[in-house]
Amino acid sequence: MTEFSTWDILCNLLLATRWTILLSLATFLFGGIVGLILLFMRTGKRRALRRFAWDYVELFQGTPLLMQLFIVFFGLSLVGLNVPPWLAAGLALTLWTSAFLSEIWRGCVEAIAKGQWEASSSLGMGYFQQMRWVVLPQAFKIAIPPTVGFSVQIVKGTAVTSIIGFVELSKAGTIVTNATFQPFVVYGFVALIYFALCFPLSMSSQFLERKLNVAHRNH
Amino acid sequence: MSLIEITEVKKRFGDNEVLKGINIDVAAAEVIAFIGKSGSGKSTLLRCINGLETIDEGSITVAGAQLLPDEIHLKALRLKVGMIFQQFNLFPHLTAGRNVMLSQMVVKKVTEKDAEAMARNMLDRVGLGHKFDAYQEELSGGQQQRVAIARALAMQPMALLCDEITSALDPELVNEVLAVVKELAKEGMTLLMVTHEMRFAREVCSRVVFMHQGRVHEIGPPEEVFANPKTPELNQFLGVTEH
Repeated sequence: MTEFSTWDILCNLLLATRWTILLSLATFLFGGIVGLILLFMRTGKRRALRRFAWDYVELFQGTPLLMQLFIVFFGLSLVGLNVPPWLAAGLALTLWTSAFLSEIWRGCVEAIAKGQWEASSSLGMGYFQQMRWVVLPQAFKIAIPPTVGFSVQIVKGTAVTSIIGFVELSKAGTIVTNATFQPFVVYGFVALIYFALCFPLSMSSQFLERKLNVAHRNH
Repeated sequence: MSLIEITEVKKRFGDNEVLKGINIDVAAAEVIAFIGKSGSGKSTLLRCINGLETIDEGSITVAGAQLLPDEIHLKALRLKVGMIFQQFNLFPHLTAGRNVMLSQMVVKKVTEKDAEAMARNMLDRVGLGHKFDAYQEELSGGQQQRVAIARALAMQPMALLCDEITSALDPELVNEVLAVVKELAKEGMTLLMVTHEMRFAREVCSRVVFMHQGRVHEIGPPEEVFANPKTPELNQFLGVTEH
């Protein structure tokens, strides 16, 4: 029987970590874009669009991520579309992320005082101009802590995609365990790597908050 | 021809009818004070003229621009009337100068250079030329309100609506704002103001409108309205406010 050194284990896990990082980044990017579109629908004036965004958010917040993943992966293959695991993973995570981010951001937009909307209205600005120049710049600052907080959830959420066979960090952990029969060591490393990804994210939130506050006061 | 025509305007909030058929015509360069108890509908009327509230019946026209609930008509209307609020509502993420520049650039597509020149000019006009780069937290309440006036003026409106613009100010700051308004009145700006400053209304206004329970109860030149109130309601109101 082959012996595996600690280095072998770590090496394999770190290689798979690349996919965790890539999936997280892609999810955050695309989820953010869709989330922004949903935010505009939700806070805008068209009733049908507001309703659609509301339903969308309720649907994806009200069902487990795992179910969404299964439905995308198996559901699409049921209708004849053969979706590779990476695509199903990315798609499901994007849908899930966009719902949560749009809801987080909606809270931030609604935290902006009504007077800001009224003043900008009275100056003749339309909805998009108000959002772009008055509301979002102010909402951005209060959105940073919850948004970064949620990005940590995304990194950890990618672990779920191991179940449909996407080889990211967690799946690699399972594979390596099956070969080495050292679950404690392997999953210990897996946990440490997740922590190493998430901890700097949390720290960056504090840093950004402080930096933005300082920038606002000193200019 | 009147600059602002308010005809049979009715407004309901649910079952509560706050405006019960208002008719007022305002000529250019008139300065009108709306007085009355809280809940009499004076602030609501002012907000209707700027399209911040919709009306249920009647019509409001400002220099040919009619109040209609779609964005194009609202924008046309709002380019003709500026509004100043009790709570100033400056944009806190921008400097005083940028506050005055923003809507010119975004709404009127004025170049940055021209917008800045206009902003400096308008801030000078309200006596705050030296505060161009100040953020709101570096300004007193009176200064913030003057920046808000400059911001509205920079859009070159034909009329200004002032909704209790001195009510949130400390007493010693009221006069600096009223002085600016007085200056505007002298220069011929059309002003509609909801105010509790009776002395100011008496000195500066061409007409005073006393509102009571959603109706125009009395209207006339200040010397008449203040010295010779015709209704017991106005008599009582003046008795309460003046000492």
